[in-house]
Amino acid sequence: MAAHEEEEGGVAAGEAKSGVGTVAGPRQAPLAAPLVEYLLRLGDDRLILGHRMSEWTGHGPILEEDIATANIALDLIGQAAQLLKLAGEVEGKGRTEDTLAYFRDGVQFRNCLLVELPKGDFGDTMVRQFLFDAHSVLLWEALAGCGHAGIAGIAAKALKEDKYHLRHSSEWVVRLGDGTEESRARVQRSLDRLWKYTAELFAADEIDDAVAALGVRVDAAGLRARWDAMVNEVLARATLTRPAEGAAQRGGRRGRHTEHLGHLLATMQSVARAHPGATW
Amino acid sequence: MKTREELFAILDTVPDPEVPAISVVELGIVRDASQRADGTVEVTITPTYSGCPAMFEIEKDVRSALEAAGASAVEVHTVLSPAWTTDWIPESAREKLRKYGIAPPGRADDGGLVTLVRAKPPVQCPWCGSRNTTLKSEFGSTACKAIHVCNECRQPFDEFKAI
Repeated sequence: MAAHEEEEGGVAAGEAKSGVGTVAGPRQAPLAAPLVEYLLRLGDDRLILGHRMSEWTGHGPILEEDIATANIALDLIGQAAQLLKLAGEVEGKGRTEDTLAYFRDGVQFRNCLLVELPKGDFGDTMVRQFLFDAHSVLLWEALAGCGHAGIAGIAAKALKEDKYHLRHSSEWVVRLGDGTEESRARVQRSLDRLWKYTAELFAADEIDDAVAALGVRVDAAGLRARWDAMVNEVLARATLTRPAEGAAQRGGRRGRHTEHLGHLLATMQSVARAHPGATW
Repeated sequence: MKTREELFAILDTVPDPEVPAISVVELGIVRDASQRADGTVEVTITPTYSGCPAMFEIEKDVRSALEAAGASAVEVHTVLSPAWTTDWIPESAREKLRKYGIAPPGRADDGGLVTLVRAKPPVQCPWCGSRNTTLKSEFGSTACKAIHVCNECRQPFDEFKAI
């Protein structure tokens, strides 16, 4: 890991020219232009989380939740398709949302680690979704007014959808937390286990600086404060204890992922890779 | 050469594939339509939800309706901005939804602050008109609907979600 930590500090925005389409090494793909990188981060978060949500289809604990999780997965994958399409257009090398979703390898994915973790039990899924939704709603609010028309358009639309997602996930966190002894203990464990992955949602780097110069500016500190307030309110209503800040787990934005992403991609990409170019 | 109004009248015959009680025009999906000098019709549509799986079908249906009406070629463009809202559905179409068994959408919120507690009043049952109803899930048979149940006539029903 030490060698890769050094690499992380050594990548400057200025050298972020080479395409992510070329596989550089076994572990890390070169960064694309800042705006493309930024869009891949937004798109990959939703593609991977959408896939995780889709794993509940046919397996929901009750029929209503089977339908809800399928709907949320659809929204997230729809948002991902728009973001990845825009990434391909900005990049200008002919890649589409489909080639970006199905024909990149793990090191080329830019999602945060939180979204790739296995879905776990229903409590794990809802706690993860809540932590993500709370961030996503605030991010879309900020980006809906940003200086890039394409991103602002996607953000304004996604915001409407993610508000539903947040209401749904926050209600489940409250219902399970303020539920039975068993449900409370289990979602507290989910929260404790997932907490160290939340810092990556807020980690800003030179990519954020570079896109801010293009008008895609987010007040990171203000967003963090509002996320804290919202999370604290829901956790209080859920009678759950907010975990202490410890060592953060991150690396996904640079293509350093947990083992779980590879397994997910093997499933998600298998049909497209077995039958490249197939249509119906 | 057809005018914008004539083109909209043609498109008003295209039902939404998931809610066939109303047309794609009434739903607010069709944003613009015009015909160029060479006869090509350009149509601008906007998706209801980011992942709406009906968009492909809608584009196909729009295309064939215009071709059947004599358009030599059809170009369909998709725009995201301004984001689609149920507020674009006119009162006449809301009545059609109600008759079809779907509670029409209320006013969409103004996109303001995030609310964690739902304070919306109960939705009126499209079957018996009672307001003694309970929301079962904000996610229904399609992305655009929520599931309710009426405590008076005991019927479950869909609501067109306000967004």
